[in-house]
Amino acid sequence: MDYGFPILSSLIFLPIIGAAALLFIPRSNEDDVRRMALLITIVEFLLSLPLWFQFDKSSHLMQFVEKHPWIPAWNVNYYLGIDGISILFVLLSTLITILCVLVSWTAITDKVKEFFAALLFLEGAMIGVFCSLDFFLFYIFWEAMLIPMYLIIGVWGGPGRLYAAIKFFLYTLVGSVLMLVGIITLYYHGGHTFDILKLSANTYPLKLQMILFWAFFAAFAVKVPMWPVHTWLPDAHTEAPAAGSVILAGILIKMGAYGFLRFSMPMFPQATQAMMVPMLILSIIAIVYGAVICLGQDDMKRLIAYSSVSHMGFVTLGMFALNYQGLEGAILQMVNHGVVTGALFLSIGIIYEQTHTREIADYGGLASLTPIFAGFFMVFTMAAVGLPGLNGFIGEFLIILGGFATKTWAGFFAATGIIIGAGYMLWLYQRVFFMEKNPKMVSLGLRDLNCREFITLLPMLLLIFWIGIYPNTFLSYMHASVAHLLQQVHASTGSVQANTNAIVECALRFIGG
Amino acid sequence: MVTGFSLPIIAPLGPEIFLAVIGCAVILADIIWNEQRYVVPIVAMAGAAATVIMVLKASGISFSGMYTVDSYSAFFKIVCLLGLMLAILMSLRHLDIMGVKRVGEYYSLMVFSCVGMMIMASATDLIVLYLGLELMALSVYCLVGLLKTDPRASEAAMKYLLLGAFASCLLLFGMSYLYGTTGTTDMAQISKAMAQGKLSGNPAFMMGLGLVVIAFCFKVAAAPFHMWTPDAYEGAMTPVTAFMSVGPKAAGFAALGRVLMEAFPNAHSDWMTALIIMAFLTIAIGNITALCQTSIKRMLAYSSIAHAGYALIGFLPGTAEGASATMNYLFIYLFMNMGAFAVIILLQYKGLVGEALEDYKGLAKTHPVAAGLMLVFMFSLTGIPPTAGFIGKFNLFMAALHAGYTWIVIFAVLFSAISAYFYLRVIMLMYMYEPEREMKLAPSGALSAVLAIALTGVILLGCYPNGILSYASKAIMGH
Repeated sequence: MDYGFPILSSLIFLPIIGAAALLFIPRSNEDDVRRMALLITIVEFLLSLPLWFQFDKSSHLMQFVEKHPWIPAWNVNYYLGIDGISILFVLLSTLITILCVLVSWTAITDKVKEFFAALLFLEGAMIGVFCSLDFFLFYIFWEAMLIPMYLIIGVWGGPGRLYAAIKFFLYTLVGSVLMLVGIITLYYHGGHTFDILKLSANTYPLKLQMILFWAFFAAFAVKVPMWPVHTWLPDAHTEAPAAGSVILAGILIKMGAYGFLRFSMPMFPQATQAMMVPMLILSIIAIVYGAVICLGQDDMKRLIAYSSVSHMGFVTLGMFALNYQGLEGAILQMVNHGVVTGALFLSIGIIYEQTHTREIADYGGLASLTPIFAGFFMVFTMAAVGLPGLNGFIGEFLIILGGFATKTWAGFFAATGIIIGAGYMLWLYQRVFFMEKNPKMVSLGLRDLNCREFITLLPMLLLIFWIGIYPNTFLSYMHASVAHLLQQVHASTGSVQANTNAIVECALRFIGG
Repeated sequence: MVTGFSLPIIAPLGPEIFLAVIGCAVILADIIWNEQRYVVPIVAMAGAAATVIMVLKASGISFSGMYTVDSYSAFFKIVCLLGLMLAILMSLRHLDIMGVKRVGEYYSLMVFSCVGMMIMASATDLIVLYLGLELMALSVYCLVGLLKTDPRASEAAMKYLLLGAFASCLLLFGMSYLYGTTGTTDMAQISKAMAQGKLSGNPAFMMGLGLVVIAFCFKVAAAPFHMWTPDAYEGAMTPVTAFMSVGPKAAGFAALGRVLMEAFPNAHSDWMTALIIMAFLTIAIGNITALCQTSIKRMLAYSSIAHAGYALIGFLPGTAEGASATMNYLFIYLFMNMGAFAVIILLQYKGLVGEALEDYKGLAKTHPVAAGLMLVFMFSLTGIPPTAGFIGKFNLFMAALHAGYTWIVIFAVLFSAISAYFYLRVIMLMYMYEPEREMKLAPSGALSAVLAIALTGVILLGCYPNGILSYASKAIMGH
């Protein structure tokens, strides 16, 4: 579908130009900087809404396509487009950035305009990653994203920020440069083009597929992050300011999983199938290991960070189950995790602004001190646990369904992760919000949510219920694209996995998939 | 009585002759207008600018094939001349601050060294090549030691001179072997002799080849012949360092490329192995040693060693694609490195201030624009898009992978990730620490112009590299 107005370009460049514009506001007008940043992100969100309404859900083809020659010497095109997989992430990015601006409103007091400029630049680059259909362009956005994120963690982060920032940067960069070698190799084997769709349509020899699969794995696994390359995440999450953690959890780590879906699976289908079991095992380790580690954390942000490792294990498990339920569940769970973990980080950021401590032991009895906040946090906790009726349930349910359909043991171990997950989340809630009122908290004279904070958390709450009660709104966007993706993955072996499992069919009908 | 002798056509040498005249004019101008300090640089600047135009127009072969003016040499000449012009602009105020009395000799030395570089880029005969190299090298030795009262500068100049002279000896020694085995110093003739005879196993010939390659690797500061670089870079005045990191390096690569591809295309497998080892070593030593520096000039010296290693990768395949990648890389390196040095000069409001990495603490708070510029140049040197540094590296890796050098590319990308650590350290100091001492800036219009040019180059070449890519590949195809 051709769309007259270059809407994707506008979405990418509006925040980037906005970031540049912010730098020209005089340093003394900090409030103007904040208002301007908010305005830009809201306009950006409104601009992304036509995607939602005008998207043709029946087609797996790329939509809103823009294509212009860029570097003819290398056959690089400025090529953008979205399908049913990427649209959800573009919308999630535009929404989450607004919340990030809101949560940083009073939390960031130093170098204010640089902070919001970095945030906006990051937003543009993130949307660029999800929209690029040219590998070169993709890589530009993928790497460019590191710059603002590094600064956000390193300049406005917590006490250990320097270590966390450089660790984040180096981990991601090492992964990315290996992918870069893979991209160039692919260029020469795929007919001298960086066009992702053309490259996906080719068939490559199995040996090359394997090598490239691992080259891409280096970049995506670090980003997800999969066990054992996850160690940057707890540090980065813990030290980043609230907005940084939210973007990390909400969008950035989704890009790894998105990379598997967009590149590894369609381009290297045979390697993907051959590597299914190792990937499932890595996912299970991440699920169980992440969850067990959570039990031992005494820092709230660190706990949520490890829970991200566990939850992203579910996502990779669902993807590499290589069936319909698993994949849809994985994509939905990516959105869910973005919403829920994003919301948890927003909440922690809001309370941290008053208490300046992340130690769980310093809290206690917040339910009576800040009842509204406790209510919000309760819903987010329940969603993270996977309570039916909330969004976490749908994603995890589909993923475990997919896991069982492919390998019974995968489904089994994944389910244990949910049990431990309920354990650490509820225990966290108990320690922070119930029990004796901690005298430290009482002496601080905590106030409950103010209007800005309420508005910050509300969209997440609504999304949690919406996806939990009627997931089909979101699933319907991805049906065609996921079916097409599966067809690509299985076409090479000619064995499209038929889902004859009666329980699976029945269950899917139940949740409206 | 010599018969059949005719004067060579000197038209192709027009730019070089003109620039040499400018060099003399600079000295005269210094004598005549020694009160007005800005006349001299203006003469040098205008001369360099006019030379750029002449270089773009000049072409032809002169001195019976000893001197070739083609688009390959034109590309390198423009890089050197741009380096010269930017270095002159950087020097204006800095020389006042450093208390240099006679500016005439400073600018004329720069101009003469640039003449040497241009001769190197065009030389197709080993003797001419040596002439150009010595003209360049001798001028630069003097430039390094120009601050006679500064013991650091004298030490640097002395080290540079001794090691440089040693390298020149190696070059001459190697050339004598080549002459002895082939009977000629002309590159095309050497190649022909090699194709006809069975020279590739001849130890004397191989010795000559090896010595010549080593001599150039010394000039471009490739490991293990890089030892002079950190001292010379640190001891010299910062604009000289900036000039040295770009001009002589580009000229060295121009000569190396031409020697390898015109004189020894048939010995590709022999020199390739040596070059691979050196590229490995250069990248590793440059990046690892840079990790633990405390002076930013020393750090950038090691970084320039590492970058020489990346640039060597382009020559490995012996293909036009690879050579044009190296050319692009040097062109891009000109902007990002000159930019980084310009920021250092901006900070040097007196003495040695601005040379220690510590001086960069909290710069973002006190001087956000300077810090912002440094940020861009550091990310570009790391090779992070959307800056030009990424395009340069990408181009090199594309060429090397196309020729099948997968391992060296993997090695290079991993080390470029390591290099992120020390480039980011500068950013970290600027943005993530509080200022400790008061830093003043030494701004000037000319320096702002340099920064603006460098910034534009880094961003423009990063976002729209097509122009330079096609120009470089045309230049190499024409050659």
